[in-house]
Amino acid sequence: MSRYFTKDHEWIDVSGETGTVGITDYAQSQLGDITFVELPESGASFGAGDTASVVDSVKAASDIYMPVGGTVTAINEALADAPELVNAAAEGDGWLFKVTLADAAELAALMDETAYKAYVAEL
Amino acid sequence: MRYLPLTADDRSAMLATIGADAVDDLFADVPADCLLPGPVPGLPGHASEMAVERHMTALAARNLSAGSAPFFLGAGAYRHHVPSTVDHLIQRGEFLTAYTPYQPEIAQGTLQVLFEFQTQVARLLGTEIANASMYDGSTACWEAIAMAARITRRRKAVLSGGLHPHYAATVRTMARFTGDVIDARVPVLEAAADDAAVIAAIDGETSCVVVQYPDLLGRIPDLAAIAEAAHAAKALLIAVVTEPVALGLLEAPGHLGADIVVGEGQALGVGLQFGGPYLGLFGCAEKHVRQMPGRLCGETVDAEGKRGFVLTLSTREQHIRREKATSNICTNSGLCALAFSIHMTLLGGAGLERMALLSHDAARRTAAALARVPGVSLLNHAFFNEFTVVLPADAREAVRALADKGVLGGVSLGRLHPGEAGLANGLLVTATELTTDEDIAALAGALTEVLA
Amino acid sequence: MNAPNASGWRPALGEAGEAGAATASGDRGLHFEEPLIFELAEPGARMGVDLDAPSGDVMPSLARFRRQAIPALPGLTEPETVRHYTRLSRQNYAIDLGPFPLGSCTMKHNPRLNEKMARLPGFADIHPLQPQGTVQGALDAINQLATWLITLTGMHGVAMTPKAGAHGELCGLLCIKAAIAARGESRDVILVPESAHGTNPATAAFAGFRVESIPATADGRVDLGALRARLGPNVAGVMITNPNTCGLFERDMKAISDAVHAAGGYVYCDGANFNAVVGKVRPGDLGVDAMHINLHKTFSTPHGGGGPGSGPVVLSEALSPFGPLPFTVRTADGTIRLIEEEDAAGEHPQGFGRMAAFHGQMGMYTRALTYILSHGADGLRQVAEDAVLNANYVLRSLDDVLHAPFGAAGPCMHEALFSDDDLPDGMTTLDIAKGLIDEGFHPMTVYFPLVVHGAMLIEPTETESKAGLDRLICSLRSLAGRARAGDATLKSAPHFAPRRRLDETLAARKPRLTWQGEALPPQPPSLSEIGGS
Repeated sequence: MSRYFTKDHEWIDVSGETGTVGITDYAQSQLGDITFVELPESGASFGAGDTASVVDSVKAASDIYMPVGGTVTAINEALADAPELVNAAAEGDGWLFKVTLADAAELAALMDETAYKAYVAEL
Repeated sequence: MRYLPLTADDRSAMLATIGADAVDDLFADVPADCLLPGPVPGLPGHASEMAVERHMTALAARNLSAGSAPFFLGAGAYRHHVPSTVDHLIQRGEFLTAYTPYQPEIAQGTLQVLFEFQTQVARLLGTEIANASMYDGSTACWEAIAMAARITRRRKAVLSGGLHPHYAATVRTMARFTGDVIDARVPVLEAAADDAAVIAAIDGETSCVVVQYPDLLGRIPDLAAIAEAAHAAKALLIAVVTEPVALGLLEAPGHLGADIVVGEGQALGVGLQFGGPYLGLFGCAEKHVRQMPGRLCGETVDAEGKRGFVLTLSTREQHIRREKATSNICTNSGLCALAFSIHMTLLGGAGLERMALLSHDAARRTAAALARVPGVSLLNHAFFNEFTVVLPADAREAVRALADKGVLGGVSLGRLHPGEAGLANGLLVTATELTTDEDIAALAGALTEVLA
Repeated sequence: MNAPNASGWRPALGEAGEAGAATASGDRGLHFEEPLIFELAEPGARMGVDLDAPSGDVMPSLARFRRQAIPALPGLTEPETVRHYTRLSRQNYAIDLGPFPLGSCTMKHNPRLNEKMARLPGFADIHPLQPQGTVQGALDAINQLATWLITLTGMHGVAMTPKAGAHGELCGLLCIKAAIAARGESRDVILVPESAHGTNPATAAFAGFRVESIPATADGRVDLGALRARLGPNVAGVMITNPNTCGLFERDMKAISDAVHAAGGYVYCDGANFNAVVGKVRPGDLGVDAMHINLHKTFSTPHGGGGPGSGPVVLSEALSPFGPLPFTVRTADGTIRLIEEEDAAGEHPQGFGRMAAFHGQMGMYTRALTYILSHGADGLRQVAEDAVLNANYVLRSLDDVLHAPFGAAGPCMHEALFSDDDLPDGMTTLDIAKGLIDEGFHPMTVYFPLVVHGAMLIEPTETESKAGLDRLICSLRSLAGRARAGDATLKSAPHFAPRRRLDETLAARKPRLTWQGEALPPQPPSLSEIGGS
C-alpha cells in the first residue's frame, strides 16, 4: 500500500484499485476544531480535483478535492457523531471516504510523503 | 444639530491632530468634479423636532387607522391585540440599539431571547427546530423552496392555488432567475381547498409542494393527505402559515407531516405597520439543519462552564461560504422576533388558544351576519378566523364604497388576483378578538346599503 | 487627551470570579443570572393577558382539524414578563450605553423622535391592503422618502421594497439580469472585488450569476487594469462597494463605470457605506446604475439586535424600467398611486416582478424620513463630514501603536482599518477585541475585510463626541501596550462581562437549538477554539 498527497492537503492510500482519502495532519492543525464533515454519497463519481466533501470548523468551510478520479464505495460513518476524529487522527481513524480509482495513472501527478513534507515545510 | 456632538472647537482640534487644514482634505480621494460644493440642491435644510413632528403627524392624519373604524382585513396581515408590555420592552435601549450578537459575551440578552424564540416557534409549528427569523413570510416561503431543492436535488415546486398571491409572485420572481420550475395554480371559488389538484400535480420531478394553511380563502387543506402523497414521490411538503394565531386551535403542520413549515409571525406582537417590517418564521426537522437558511442560536458553555448562547452553524452563511452559502440573508427581523416572543410569553399556550377561540367566535358571528345580507353567500365549509363571501357584484368596488362609509370591510380577491374574472366577486373577511358586535353590525349594515 | 480613569484605579483580575461563588442566588449585585422562560414556568393556564372567556365551541366542520394538545408554551404574568426581559436586556451592550465602533455596520445614535413618529396610529395601525384612498398619508410618506433618496444620490428611480441590504443587492442584480435579458443577451458573470462583503458573492450566486473575483491594488482599491482586462461579452456587471470595506474611497470609480458601460455591463454599488459621503457625493455622478441604501445604517433606524433592516435601491435611467412592484407615483392632482400587479402591464411592463409581500418596510421608512427631515440637506452633509473626521481622528491617534495598512496612503473615509502586524507572536486581533469588552466598549469589527490579516475595522460614526473618542482611544492604546508586553490576562479576556469566552466548537458539533428540558452535561471547554478566530 502506498500513500500519496496533494497540494491541497488531501492524502490517499492506494491498495490495488481501491483508495482511502483523508486530510493531512497539517490540514487539520490549520483548520482548528472540526465541527462537521459533509461526506459524499456512496456510489457518487468524481473527477480528479472535483469537490467531494466539505470540512467545517467553527468559522470556515473547506472544500475537500478528489486526489484522483473515482467512485465512492464507502464513507466514514463514525464522523457523523464524532467529527473530532479528524482532529485526533487525521491520517488514521479520521479518514473520510473510500473510492475505486478510475485511472491509476493519475497518481503520478501526486506527491509522496517525502515530497509533501518538503512542500509543507516551505509553507 | 441635535444629533451631532462635535463642536467647532472640537473639529479644529481634531483636524490639527490629523494634520489636515480642512475637512475637505479628508475627501481628497473623491474626484473634484464629483464633490459637491454645498448641500445637495433641491432639498430643504434641517428642521427642529417640533417642525418634524408636525410634518409627520400631518401625514399620519391622512390615513384611516384600523383602530378608528370597523375593521375586517386579513389576507396575510392580521390585527390582534398587542399588550402594551410588548412595545415597552422592545424599546429598552439594550434591545433596540444593539447589533447582531457577534460578541456573545456582551449579547447574552439578545441571544437568550433568540433561543427562547426558536423554541417557541418550533413548538408552535410542530417542528423539531426553528431559526432566528427571516425577513417575512413571503421571503421565507421562497427560501423554503430553495432549501427543498438542495435537499431533494430537484427543481420543481408545486404551489397550491390557496397560496397568498404575493407569496406566489415572490417565488415566481426568484425562480425566473434561478431556473427553478414553478407549477402554480389560481384559486377557484369552491368550498374546499385544492388538495386534489395539488396531489395530482406531484410527479417524479417535484421537489416540494407548497400549501398555505389555512389557505388564502380561509379554507383548511388536509395537510396529512398531501404530505402522504408528496412523501410517496420523495418530495417535501412545505406548509405556509400566514396567521400564526390559527395554530392555537388547529393542529400544527409539523405534526401533520410537513417537512418545512414557514410562516408570517406579524400577528403576534408586531402590529400591522402597513406591511412591514414583519417576521418570517422557519421551522424544519433537525436532520435538515445544515441546509437551513438564516441565523441560528445555539446553547453552549463559557470558559467557566456557565450556560451561554452563541450564533452557530454559521458556515452555512454568506459571511463564511460567500457564493456557496445557503442564502444571502444577513440582517433578519431581530426586534420583531423579540416582540413576537414577548407576546407569546404573555399568552402561553393557554392564552394563545383563548385568543384563537375568541377570534373564531368573532369570525363565526361575522359570517352569520354577512350571510343574511341579500345577495351575499358564504363560500367556506370550514374556517378559522378568515372566510370568503361571494358578492353579487365586483368586490373591489364594494370595498371602496364601504371605505367611503368609514368601514374597512375586507380584502377583495380582485385586488389580489387582478385579471381573474372568476374571482372578482370574492371578498375576504377576517375577524379577531378585537372585533366587536358593533363592528359586525356596522359592516353588515354598510354592505347591505352598498349592494342595494 | 484626558485619561478616563484619573484615580488610576483598576479592577483586579479574578475578583469577579471569586465573588461569584459567594451568593446563594447566583446573582451578584446588579449582575443577574436569568433562567429561560421554560424554567420559570411550566406550560399551563398561567398567562399575562386578560382575555374574555370564549364560547369554547368550534364550528363542527373544523373539529377534525383541531390541535390535539395546546402548544406546550409557558405563560408568564405581566410583572414576571417585564422582569424577565428587563433582566435579560442588562446582559446586552448597546449604542445607548457607549461607543459601538463596529466597522461597516454603522452603529450611530438612534433618535427617539423616529420611534415616536413610527408609532403614530396613522402609520403603525394601518393595513397594507386598505383601499388606497384611506392611506394617502402613508403613500405620501413613502413617496417623500423616495424623492429624498433619489435626489441625494442623483439617480433616476428607486425600488423601495427590499427588506434589508442583502435583499437590496438581490433587487439590483435582478434589475441587471432583466435589463440584459431585454437586450436579448445572456451575460452571466458578475465581477466582485476580493475585499467585498460576503453578501455580494452570495447574492450574485443566488441570482444565478457566476462570480469572479477581481484583485486589489497595494493601496486597497480595485485594480482598474485587472478589471478592464476581465471585461467582455459575458460580463453582466460589477459589484463595487464605495467607500470600500477598507474604509477607502474608490478613486477610479468613474473610470470603472465608464469601462464597464463601454463593455456593455452595469455597475452595482454596495451602498453599505453611503453614510461616509451622504450629502457630499452623488453616486449618480460616478456612473452607478444601482445602489442599495441600508436605512438602518446611513439613516439611523435601529439595528434591534439583528434587524429589521430596510434596503431601498436607487436606479439609473437604464435600470429603472426593470425595478420591482409595487411602487408609488405622484399624480397631477397630488394623490399618490400605488402601482401594483393590475397596473403593471400598462405602466411598468418590463418590471421583474415582486420581491416580497406588500410594500416594504414602512416602519423603517417613517423612521428614516423623520431622521432625514431633521437633518435636512445641510445636516446630512455635516453627518458625512463628522463621520469621516471622527474616523481619521481615530486613525491618527492609534497608527503609532497599531499597524494601519493603508495609513500612509492618505486619509480614510468613515472607518479606520488596522491589522495585527504590530502585535507580538501569540497575541491576536481577537485578544484586543475581547480586551475592549473589559474596558467597557463594544469591539470593533474583527477579521473583516479578509484582504487584511487580522483586520480591525473601527467605525466611530458622527454621533460620538470627541471626549467619547478620547476614552476609546485611551483604552485601545492601553490594550496595544498590554499586548506588546505579552500580558497573558488578555488571552482570557473578557473577565468582567456577563460571560467569559464561549465554546463555539461545542455549539457547532452538538447543536442545541431549542430547549430540551435539561442542562448540557458538563464539558471540558475546547480551548483551542474558544471565542473563535
